[in-house]
Amino acid sequence: MRELALNVLDITENSLSAGAKLIRIALDIRFSADTFSICIEDDGCGMDAEMLARVTDPFTTTRTTRKVGMGLPLFKYSAESTGGRFDIRSEKGKGTRVYAEYRIGHIDRIPLGDFGGVILQLVTMNTGVDFVVTVRSEEAEGELDTRAFREVLGDVPFTEPEVRAYIKEYIQENLVTIYGGRL
Amino acid sequence: MKSLEELRALREKMKSQTDNRSVASGDETVIKVGMATCGIAAGARPVLDALLDEADKRNLHNVSISQTGCIGMCRLEPIVEVYKEGNKYTYVHMTPEKARKVMVEHVVNGNVCKEFLVGENS
Repeated sequence: MRELALNVLDITENSLSAGAKLIRIALDIRFSADTFSICIEDDGCGMDAEMLARVTDPFTTTRTTRKVGMGLPLFKYSAESTGGRFDIRSEKGKGTRVYAEYRIGHIDRIPLGDFGGVILQLVTMNTGVDFVVTVRSEEAEGELDTRAFREVLGDVPFTEPEVRAYIKEYIQENLVTIYGGRL
Repeated sequence: MKSLEELRALREKMKSQTDNRSVASGDETVIKVGMATCGIAAGARPVLDALLDEADKRNLHNVSISQTGCIGMCRLEPIVEVYKEGNKYTYVHMTPEKARKVMVEHVVNGNVCKEFLVGENS
């Protein structure tokens, strides 16, 4: 993966296949401490302790086509190789929370990349699933809540070109500007 | 900062247009892009963006573009599946440029891009 945003997309796919109805994605930045974290939390089916213990092993996967699953191991590696940390918690029937923390200035840190584009893709391509995306730094805070969008739009889908364009700008102005070009 | 007020105004504006939009659902083309770890790592996101961009540019309202999980041939990713007129076409090793070509040649004009199909590339 060349962008951390792609890891976010990948990990969120797990939440979607776990049948999540609400997914929270949070980007917390502390420029003064040279760190930031990515947290993805869902209300999907979760997993038991036994599966949880094996889940960052690349030879563990729930898919049936092969025996390799690289999503979580790659995400874990991306954080730990910058001197950051990785954490995953899950409870069967309640949901899963995946957390990764990065040193911004570390030479091995992968760029965040097109985080806004990934959020746009997740939000517009998964009807029936709600997202709350927050970006926070010491200076500012922004939030996107698809439940608020849905309330205004009624039966108009997010995939309508005009709505997509609005959401794209919303993400750009309310979320991306908070870190713009610094991650 | 963008506000919800703008969305409300947009919604009002769209109300009048929705009626003449939901036509031609019978000959809908469905496009799916493989978006599991394998697809993402191989570059599926730029491919998806290119497809959406072409659909927007050409105002294609009878095309539905969505993402799907692992299609099962990770070494051939990025994979794009096109469902058109009851047939399924699997395009492999896609790039944004190839995706745009498929959109124009196949989805719009109905000429299958044989050179990108799985049968020619596996």
